[in-house]
Amino acid sequence: MTDQTQTPVEEMSFEAAMAELEQVVSKLERGDVALDESIALYERGAALRKRCDAKLSEAEEKVAAITLDAEGNPTGTKPAEGL
Amino acid sequence: MDLIDDAGAGNTPEFSVSELSGAVKRIIEGEFGHVRVRAEVGRVSRPRSGHVYLDLKDDRSVISGVMWKGVAARQETPVEEGMEVIATGRLTTFPGQSKYQIVIEDIRPAGMGALMAMLEKRRAALQAEGLFDPARKRKLPYLPEVIGVVTSPSGAVIRDILHRLRDRFPRKVLIWPVAVQGAACAPEVARAIEGFNRLTPGGALPRPDLLIVARGGGSVEDLWGFNEEIVVRAAAASAIPLISAVGHETDTTLIDHAADRRAPTPSAAAEMAVPVRLELAAWVGDVQARMARAMGHRADARRQRLRDLSRALPRADELLQNPRQRLDVLADRLPAALSRGVDRRRLRLSECGTLRPGLLTRAIASERARLNDRAHRLSPCLSRLIANRRQAFAQQAARLRPQVLARDVAQHRAKLDDLSRCLDEAQAARLAEARRKLDALDRLRETLGYRETLRRGYAVVRGDGGVVTNKEAAENATALEIEFHDGRLKIGGSAPKRGPAKAPKPEQGSLF
Repeated sequence: MTDQTQTPVEEMSFEAAMAELEQVVSKLERGDVALDESIALYERGAALRKRCDAKLSEAEEKVAAITLDAEGNPTGTKPAEGL
Repeated sequence: MDLIDDAGAGNTPEFSVSELSGAVKRIIEGEFGHVRVRAEVGRVSRPRSGHVYLDLKDDRSVISGVMWKGVAARQETPVEEGMEVIATGRLTTFPGQSKYQIVIEDIRPAGMGALMAMLEKRRAALQAEGLFDPARKRKLPYLPEVIGVVTSPSGAVIRDILHRLRDRFPRKVLIWPVAVQGAACAPEVARAIEGFNRLTPGGALPRPDLLIVARGGGSVEDLWGFNEEIVVRAAAASAIPLISAVGHETDTTLIDHAADRRAPTPSAAAEMAVPVRLELAAWVGDVQARMARAMGHRADARRQRLRDLSRALPRADELLQNPRQRLDVLADRLPAALSRGVDRRRLRLSECGTLRPGLLTRAIASERARLNDRAHRLSPCLSRLIANRRQAFAQQAARLRPQVLARDVAQHRAKLDDLSRCLDEAQAARLAEARRKLDALDRLRETLGYRETLRRGYAVVRGDGGVVTNKEAAENATALEIEFHDGRLKIGGSAPKRGPAKAPKPEQGSLF
């Protein structure tokens, strides 16, 4: 079966999800796992792929410039226009 | 003497101190109103006023110098101790302290060689501290969520970075605006790196998970701020992975050594920062297809295997024929076997049908007879036991004789008598001894008494109840009594005055 002690898929970074997804696929392609396990692997792979998709779709640009007080400490942000 | 002193002072004009120092000031300021001096920078101090005080020196001499605030801010390269410089300015004096100094209007490194030598020295020192160790470098995050950019908010650099990010993988970007040249550059850049590190992840100002410190190309002096120690130390201390992208590819500043990655240009920094989204999306799509294909293959293969196996499986009827036949046979034999079993058990029950009341009463009668027998034997048993005990007691009692006791008593009494006798004898002996001593003492007393003296011819005269010791008393006495050793003699009543018997002297006085 897949390793259930790992972090939940929903909390994985893109990189971690991607690395595990790669492993899952190559295991499935080698075809040397039992049928039950291959189904579980497939489900895990689907969840990982969904996670990757989600991270990829969070591709929103948001640019802000930090505003500073007289001492140079950050006070907030203002939108960075025209960049 | 006075004459000579007066004569000596006579030709020299006399100044007050202020006049003299004023004259010196005029001469120095007139003579050195604009000078260039090549020097090594000595001690530098930067008080809060913004003015910079420094020493200019060579191997033998030193001149104090001051750079007013405005001049100091204008300098492209901040002066540092040990730097070889050409300073331009004017000399002035401090009449109040008998001092002079140079007011610097411009100061710059004495050629590239001097600047580079100093940079190399600093690089070596920081390297020796381990700030540039490859082991300190951290891996950049594969896909940062928030990228912090330390740079000028206006200009091509930030635009290049954002543009390249947008192409590859749009992200959240926080710009920390800093001066990228001049005296303010180093402190602001250092502060920005530290400030980003102090933010909390996911806060109102989210803490970036990657930093880019960027600046476009420029002269060595323009980039100088990125060689400053505070910037290098801030970059080395940053817990957030940091990419430096300062100047063009050929420019190297010290922050590049301390950064986790060095990008040749700001755009290259953006490329290092994020992967290309479309490539990743394509990869994910590909992975999806590979998974489906792999599962499909497996399902097909198994389906085929299942078909093969099911074909080889025997028919259920055939499998059941044998057991069914056995069942029939056994079912036939079952009723007969059952009735035979019951018969056999009934027979065994009848064989052991001997449980009758007569048997019980007989057993009870026999037990009762045994009981009676025992009861009869109980009483004689008891008397025999008592007789035995009595006899044993009599034997013991017979051995207990009074003579033995009486003998002991007699013995002790005899002993007691002996002791009493001893006691009496001891007491009598002591008494006799005491008496003997007493008699001896009495005899001694007798020998020492006056009576013995009387035997030697003395007499005691007494009159009117007392011993008479002188003539006058004898004459006055009414009667006298003379005691000799063998008795007393009374002489008359109140006699006229005559010579009395010789009255002995009182014995005590003369004899003892």
